[in-house]
Formats: sequence, structure tokens, C-alpha cells
Amino acid sequence: MTKAAKRPPRQPMPEQDARERVGNFDEVALGLDEEAAVREASRCLQCKKPTCMAGCPVEIDIPAFILAIKERDFARAAAILKDKNNLPAVCGRVCPQETQCEQVCVLAKKGEPVAIGRLERFAADWEAAHGSATAQPAPSTGQRVAVIGSGPGGLTAAGDLAKMGHRVTVFEAFHDTGGVLRYGIPEFRLPKAIVDREVEYVKSLGVEIELNTVIGKTLTIDDLFASGFRAVFIASGAGAPVFLGIPGENLNGVYSANEFLTRANLMKAYRFPEYETPIWVGKRAAVVGGGNVAMDSARTALRLGAGQVTVVYRRSEREMPARAEEIEHAREEGVAFQFLTNPTRVLGDERGWVRAMECLRMELGEPDDSGRRRPVPVAGSEFTLDADTVIIAVGNAANPLVSSSTPDLETNRWGNIVADPETGATSRPGVFAGGDIVTGAATVIEAMGAGKRAARAIDQYLRQHHAPQT
Amino acid sequence: MYRVVRAEWLSETVRLLEVEAPRIARAAQPGQFLIVRLGERSERLPLTIADFDRDRGTVTIIFLTAGHSTQDLALLDVGGQIRDVVGPLGNHLEIGRIGAVVCVGGGVGVPALYPKAKALRAAGNRVISIIGARSADLLVLEEEMRALSHETYITTDDGSKGVKGLVTVELERLLRGSDPIDLVIGVGPVPMMKAIADTTRPYGVKTLVSLNPIMVDGTGMCGSCRVTVGGEVKFACVDGPIFDAHEVDFDELMARQRRFEPLERDLAGQGAHACHLEESLR
Repeated sequence: MTKAAKRPPRQPMPEQDARERVGNFDEVALGLDEEAAVREASRCLQCKKPTCMAGCPVEIDIPAFILAIKERDFARAAAILKDKNNLPAVCGRVCPQETQCEQVCVLAKKGEPVAIGRLERFAADWEAAHGSATAQPAPSTGQRVAVIGSGPGGLTAAGDLAKMGHRVTVFEAFHDTGGVLRYGIPEFRLPKAIVDREVEYVKSLGVEIELNTVIGKTLTIDDLFASGFRAVFIASGAGAPVFLGIPGENLNGVYSANEFLTRANLMKAYRFPEYETPIWVGKRAAVVGGGNVAMDSARTALRLGAGQVTVVYRRSEREMPARAEEIEHAREEGVAFQFLTNPTRVLGDERGWVRAMECLRMELGEPDDSGRRRPVPVAGSEFTLDADTVIIAVGNAANPLVSSSTPDLETNRWGNIVADPETGATSRPGVFAGGDIVTGAATVIEAMGAGKRAARAIDQYLRQHHAPQT
Repeated sequence: MYRVVRAEWLSETVRLLEVEAPRIARAAQPGQFLIVRLGERSERLPLTIADFDRDRGTVTIIFLTAGHSTQDLALLDVGGQIRDVVGPLGNHLEIGRIGAVVCVGGGVGVPALYPKAKALRAAGNRVISIIGARSADLLVLEEEMRALSHETYITTDDGSKGVKGLVTVELERLLRGSDPIDLVIGVGPVPMMKAIADTTRPYGVKTLVSLNPIMVDGTGMCGSCRVTVGGEVKFACVDGPIFDAHEVDFDELMARQRRFEPLERDLAGQGAHACHLEESLR
């Protein structure tokens, strides 16, 4: 037997059947069982110079946790994850591993990288099911740090700062924690019980979370400093929907993806009327956009009873920013795609409700700033797509609530806070920022990476500028 | 949890709740609103801050019990708890020495008008109030408005008190009169605010309205509350809620207020509703 033949194939993720899952909001991916996980872990080469780790924004010791799984020491695997990653059960589900750790796995050269994400999820879920040692609180420095936003960036920074012994309070504008993990990503991709669990872990490190507190309205950053906080980390997210700016966008039946998903996820409108927030979906939904948020919106619309859901994207499938896995899931569930198509007008009936969307066909021209080929309209190609529900998922802009209420906080021309990419330091001493509010809409793991780097920088700042409080 | 410290019925259908929320009370300014969520399964409900007391650390909300959310909220009494209260949200009214200001409120718009009128009076303006309702028993805050106004006019649809007719009848009369009017502020149902805008437009008097469209987060995150003002899309929660009445597309706003009407009927007909509420309050 050759050496290569001994290596088992990449273990597939068991999933709910597509026909069944469009009728429920339960998680689609079911997770590897113990045997599959150990088999998958055995595929890892345990490279002496692991390339995978360079692909991980939160610096997980990937070969070490995989080795622990291979040796069936699942508690150790989870502990290794949590040493660097406060939210492993989240990352194991929503990280785009194919463009991060798995992309640079040595086995990827032969097309089948180790399923690092599936293993991360396995270890995190195993720990949740079996209980584990609680976190060791670090000796207190007595220094108070405020974190704005309880999304992935905020929770990561808060957890790391608490591990360093600082007293952290997270201020959340919503009535529940998690930011985009709660309001944006649907239950069928990231069950909210998992978010609850990860938040509980961060709280177990000593982090306090204050809900219903809008920084910029209820309190300002100046108020925070005045009340004894020594440093502030802004992780408020992107949080302002972008519309297309075409006629008819205010017709009834047109939602921003933010509104649509917030109603469904945070407010649990998919369980209306048991939960009292309504969400209206007609028979034919059109989702505009090509990212993960568009896929989430399309799949949510299907589950809410839209018989026909079409994703309308102005470039071709190759340029879609959504994860391949999510596009595939959407397709399996029956979502249709209209590529190289750009809406020009939403058409309404006499009562102010959407009845159709007028679109133009596009073709790809020269590459633009993003390196992707720019879509250009094909003259005279107008056509009408019937739709009674339209969901606009073309991205988010910076929400100005924090920056506009904070003097001397520098922002760029898009309203994003200007921050050092390595430290998160802003133009205001003691104020750090990271995640979507700095970079514009990106991924959960990039926000977490920014939170991690900022926590380190804040710790250093506090050591330099403030003597420990005993 | 946010505790109710005072609860009153101002009329058969209008409820006042004073709620402990010290941070909101400290930051609140006239014209701003807050969002309440009564229980775990409740909607987020935006309500104008009718009054605030920084010393007591309380905010007051006054609302018409119209839909299921307001009916549930009205069941609360002193000592009752609201699960979530967030605010203050939106921009406040710019208060200065303006001159003669006509404050027009219809029905449940009067409580939202009250803090603005009070602040305008305190800033040294001449405050002329017109408050209206369908009938005398539905008039709210009449005494409070009289106390802070230099002149007060009442209208009722059925003529049971004051002038019979709409608030715009009295507004038109004042506009035609010889006394100059520097500003009109109108708060009430959308058709009434539209009528106010139409009434003042020919006279070229600056007119402000406070809008309350359907919202979710109230922080500019979802765009549910978008309104067209002067041909541009604005979010009432962060760009408003106060806008130039002559620029607002009221017809679009009225259509958008009906976005969830079919579903709201489902909810109203839901028998198990009260049980859910009791459960969520436990």
C-alpha cells in the first residue's frame, strides 16, 4: 500500500436533506460524528512549519488542536481552540475556511485540504455537550475597558482583555447580544443557542454586557471616559443599509437585507404570530446581490413561504463574493439565479406594492478597483422580472452614530473610522476600533482578528499610560 | 427590566406610563423617542418621549391602545416591568427664540407635541396650541397644554367640545389673522399632518412634523422607517423624526404604514395571545 492510499478522503459534512430543510429553520449542516472527526484529523500531516496557521486571523494552533482530536482528547482540542478563539463554535460554522486556513493547507495543493472548519466545530460542540473546565480569571489589573458592540469583534476583544485581567463592559445597542451573529446570520446556518453559549463563555471570563445602550445616544464615548473607563474599543459593525438608489425602492414589499434578516432572526418573525414582529413575504421574491447576506436572505425567503426566489446579481457566478458552499446550499434548496443582471426600477401597483422589477442585462468589461471585471449594461436589454417581494442585499455602509457623537475621531470619506490595521488605534488616544466599522462590510473572522489585535494593543496602552489599579 | 412608577388612563384608550430609565432621562431632549419591548416575544415599539425627569430618573410615554403591542403595554400598572427600553433615539427639536409658534396636535399626537411645546415656551416663545380629537372624551393633556400655552384652541370632529371640525380649521383661521406666525409644529396621524402641511403651504410658514413610521432597530441599521423628504430618502429614526412638512411625501408614508396590515390582522385574531404575554412577563 502506498502512503497516499492510506490517507482517508476528506470527510463530508452530513446535512439535512434539501427538500426537508426548506420547510424548517433548523441547522442545515449537522456536524461530523466522533469517528468521522478522528478520521478527518488523521489526514493532517502535522507539518513542522504549518502554513495553515498563517491563514488564521485569530492565530489558532491548528495542528495542535487537530492532533488532540486524532488522539481522541477532545477536551484538549477545545482548550487549544479557546486559548486563541473565544467563539470556536461560531467560527467552525461561518468562517470562510476555503479562503483562509484551508486554502493554505499543504493538502490543498492536491485539492483536498484538511476540513479544519468542520474539526473546529466538532471540538467546540463536543465541549458544549460534555461540559468543560471553566475559564481561569486572570489577576485583576483594575483597569476598566469599554467595548462598543457585542458582535464577533467586540466579543473577541472583550474576552481577550478579560483574560489579561482587565475589567471589561460591553455596550450593546440591541436588546440581545451577538451583533450580526444574532440579527444577520439565520438560525439554519448559525443556531442562536450556539451564540448564547459563546456569549456565556465570554461572560464567564468576567465580561459584563449592558444591553439597550446606544453609544452616541444613551451615552457618548466622552461619558465613558468620564465614568472611569481607561480605554474604548469601537466594534459597532457596518450597520447602515445600502440601497440601489433606483425608482420604486420605497414600495411596500421592498426590504433592505438588514431589515428582512433582523425581523426574521433577532425578532424571530419566522415564528410569527407566536413572536409578535411581522414579516411579509409574497409568492415571488427577488434578492439583489451576490454575497452571503444575499444567500441568507434568499434561503430565509424560501423558508418563509416564497414559492419562487431569484437571486439577481450584476456580475457572473465567478465574481460572487458568497461562499461556494452557501451558493450550493441555496441552489439545492431551489433558489434561481439571474447573473449579469442589474435592476433599474422597481415597479409597483396602484396601492403601492411591488409587482415587478425592471432589469438590464450586463456583460463583463475591464477589471475595476476590486480586480473583478466591471459589469457594463447591454444596450436595449431591458426586461421585467415578476416579483412581489424585493430584498436589497448589496452591502452596508458605516453607521455614523458613534463617530458623529465623538469629537476628534477621524473618519474616511465613506464614514469608516480610521484605525491602524495592526493596533486598531484611532486619532483619539485610548480609543481603538476594528471590524466592519473600520474596514467596511467584511467577515466575522476578520472582525475577530481585529478584536484580537486591538485587545493586545489596548493592554499595552494601559500598561504604558495607567499604573495598575489595586 | 425597567419598572413602571406611575400609570394613568388619560382617556378610555390613552395610557400614560412613567418608567424608571435614568440614563435615558439624563440624555433625553424634547422631540426624541425611545423603543420599548414589553416581553421576550414582543415587537420593538417606538414611542415619543412625552416627558422626562432627570432628578427622578424617569421617562414618560403616552400612547393610544390601538394595536396588540400597545394593548399589552397598557396592561402594565405601577410596579410592572418592561423588558427593554432603549433611547433616547432620533434628533431633538432645535429650540431657540423663534417668536410665535403654533403647536398643532391631533389625538395621540398631543403627548408627542407636549414636550416640544413645553421647551418652546421655556425658551421664551409665544406658544399657541390647537389640540383636536374625534370627541371630547378622547382629548388628552388639555390642562397641561393650556397651562403652557398663551392661547389654546380645541377642536372635535363631533363638536362635543370646542370648534366642530378638524384642527386645520383653527389653523387656517390663525394663519389668516393679523398676528404673524413664525413656525407651525404638527404631530398626529399621518393624514392630519399632511392636512397641516397643505394648510400652511400657501402662507409660506415654516412647518415641522414629527413622523413615526414602522421601525425595527431605531438606530439607522435597517431602513424600515425610510421616508422621502425633498426627493431624498431619509431614515426617520436617525435623520428625523422631525422633518420639514412641506418636503415630506405623505402619500408614500401612508402606503408604507400599511406594510404589515394583513399580518397584524392574524395577530389580532390570535386567541392564545394573552397567555404568551403572561408568560413573557413572568
